Amino acid sequence: MRGAKILVESLKRAEVKYIFGVQGGAAMPIFDDLYDAEGLKLIPMRHEQGAAHAADGYARATGKVGVTLATSGPGATNLVTGIATAHMDSIPMVAITGQVPTYLMGNDAFQECDILGITRPICKHSYLIKSSDEVADVVAEAFHVAATGKPGPVVIDFAKDAQIQESAFYYPESVNIRSYNPTVVGHPGQIKKAMDLINRAEKPMIYAGGGVTLANAHEELRHFTSKTGIPITVTLMGLGAFPETDPLAMRMPGMHGSCCANYAFSDADLVIAIGARFDDRVTGNLERFSQKSKKIHIDIDPSSIGKNVTVDIPIVGDAKNILRDMNKLAQPAQIEPWMQQIREWQKKYPFEYRQNGDRVMPQYVIEQVYDLFPDAVVTADVGQHQMWAAQYFKYTEHRQWLNSGGLGTMGFSLPATIGAQLGRPDKTLVNINGDGSFIMNIQELVPAVTMKLPLKIFIINNMYLGMVRQWQEMFFQKRYSAVDYHDNPDFAKLAEGFGATGIRVERPEEVRPALEQAQKIEDGPVVIDFIVDEEENVFPMVPSGAGLDEVIRGLA
Amino acid sequence: MAIQKSDSHILSVLVNNRFGVLARVAGLFSGRNFNIDSLSVAETDDPEVSHMTIVTHGEAQIIEQIEKQLNRLIDVIKVRDLTAEHHVERELALVKVDCDTSERAEILQIVDIFRAKTVDVTPTNLTIEVTGDEGKIRALLDMLHPYGIKQIVKTGKIAIIRGEIRTRNG
Ligand SMILES: Cc1ncc(C[n+]2csc(CCOP(=O)(O)OP(=O)(O)O)c2C)c(N)n1
Ligand SMILES: [Mg+2]
Repeated sequence: MRGAKILVESLKRAEVKYIFGVQGGAAMPIFDDLYDAEGLKLIPMRHEQGAAHAADGYARATGKVGVTLATSGPGATNLVTGIATAHMDSIPMVAITGQVPTYLMGNDAFQECDILGITRPICKHSYLIKSSDEVADVVAEAFHVAATGKPGPVVIDFAKDAQIQESAFYYPESVNIRSYNPTVVGHPGQIKKAMDLINRAEKPMIYAGGGVTLANAHEELRHFTSKTGIPITVTLMGLGAFPETDPLAMRMPGMHGSCCANYAFSDADLVIAIGARFDDRVTGNLERFSQKSKKIHIDIDPSSIGKNVTVDIPIVGDAKNILRDMNKLAQPAQIEPWMQQIREWQKKYPFEYRQNGDRVMPQYVIEQVYDLFPDAVVTADVGQHQMWAAQYFKYTEHRQWLNSGGLGTMGFSLPATIGAQLGRPDKTLVNINGDGSFIMNIQELVPAVTMKLPLKIFIINNMYLGMVRQWQEMFFQKRYSAVDYHDNPDFAKLAEGFGATGIRVERPEEVRPALEQAQKIEDGPVVIDFIVDEEENVFPMVPSGAGLDEVIRGLA
Repeated sequence: MAIQKSDSHILSVLVNNRFGVLARVAGLFSGRNFNIDSLSVAETDDPEVSHMTIVTHGEAQIIEQIEKQLNRLIDVIKVRDLTAEHHVERELALVKVDCDTSERAEILQIVDIFRAKTVDVTPTNLTIEVTGDEGKIRALLDMLHPYGIKQIVKTGKIAIIRGEIRTRNG
């Protein structure tokens, strides 16, 4: 069997259903063997970045490893942003690139590029295949590494001569890497100590992040909160890990988080961090961050613990296992005065906005989307619309919210929605996009139309790179350098040109009927261009460098 | 010559002897803004495993991060900070000194005292090989300075735990 075919057979053994790619010279044998592969579907995308994000979206929506394929040189470099995006959010992914033949490597051959060198700092691990008899072992190892421990992207660079070299095919039954043994079970002594601290705390809070989702620990987390009654804030990366509709939910923390969550950090005497990494967008000024609290930090990655804040009780391991062990010792917390305070903050400081004349308010659009599509899987791009989508939609389900939190990659969401829809055909996929972000990977409307995917693509069109404009308004004397997007094309017409349904909404009373119309379209994507209030800002806001208690609640 | 920093640490790192490992380790230090003062690598008695001795410096919290980040690399088998443990450390230097016949005897005496070795002689210079810890090498160089040092080539530091029976590669 030739190397390319061994790759395809190995991918099948790794239970890959979809592979998102773009053709090219150094990968032609692989594409050739995918052409009539059974049980494994090749999804041709229009740009390698789109292919990588689609694989990433598939992984986020399903928890399985996403797979992307590109040719050498420019194909491989186009994957880079997608790989980095997955890396920052610990998304399991395998990225396969064709490489020039081994006898040309190092010669600056046509379309040669050291993609392993380029991607080394932005992937979990990488492999070079120079011979067809390495293929099956490398694939098995790559999937194991991508999916276990703290997940992440793995790059496989596959030389073209090895793709056509013949070898026997044996897929390894199991993988054992002597130098790679992630800790999954939490230390019982540490868990006991943590529970003692929790039971003694007067003002405890849970701070849960994307790690809960990655570990599929959502049920154990719910169990823990319902047993203890401790209030919880879930980060942008973790949304969906805990129902935002629950009375214990303080909503998202951090820069654009709720005042309740941020004030709670400042007042708490105990912070229980679960799969969260004290990111600077959450903590604000570290010197002022949660000074009065002890910290318990549960994480699969020892290097996340103690990196930004000093931790009193570290517990290394898989959040699901650890929460299960903690639940055995959990008891109702006696924290009524603290809960009174939390309830007061929740009541006093909900996410809120003011209607501006007869403009379509972006927050109103999200509220209406939530009202009509409460069970949808929502993808968001990057910018103000992302924050509004996090604030005004209440996520209640595991893996219901997908966004590029760590790298903040504009252009992520449209291709990610395609991958997510393929992974979750049972779900409605809603994509909240920005006018700046949408156009960054707009070409991926083509495969969405071709596959007749019923994506609901909603553009919050403020004719600006809104998030940057907000910073310019607040910190750069309104000098709107390079953010004015009034030259945007007509997105509804553009969508029609792509073969999707396009709708333009300019007035508040058109919002709901347009969404209802979108709800009924099942044979392909629909794009609604919501022309919204241009200079609306996202609040609350903790300016960068400020402490969480210095939050700006809104402009007077 | 660099003077050993007070917050200096010697890390003993076992890695898979595979393509790209050195680049991964070096890249980790540069990418995360950690310091490398010296690094030496060689195969162990097991050809699939290499040993690195890395000398770095930084506050305790930084060193802890370095160890954790190294452990995150898939190809790293084991990391051990030898600094606080009872260990032997050595480096080797080759030193070329200006030396005419009138000075030769004097220099050879110094070489002798330091239990160094002469590895090459010409009418105008002498090449000396010395092994030892950093202090000893510095002391020798101080002694040789007045004669005129032409060139120094040094290895990085290598280190090993004293006594203690270890498993192979461990
Ligand atoms: C690829 C990329 N380039 C630049 C940025 C910086 N950036 C962050 S938010 C933003 C504005 C996004 O504009 P838009 O998609 O219209 O969203 P809005 O903020 O207006 O809702 C920019 C340029 C980024 N995050 N990603
Ligand atoms: Mg915009």
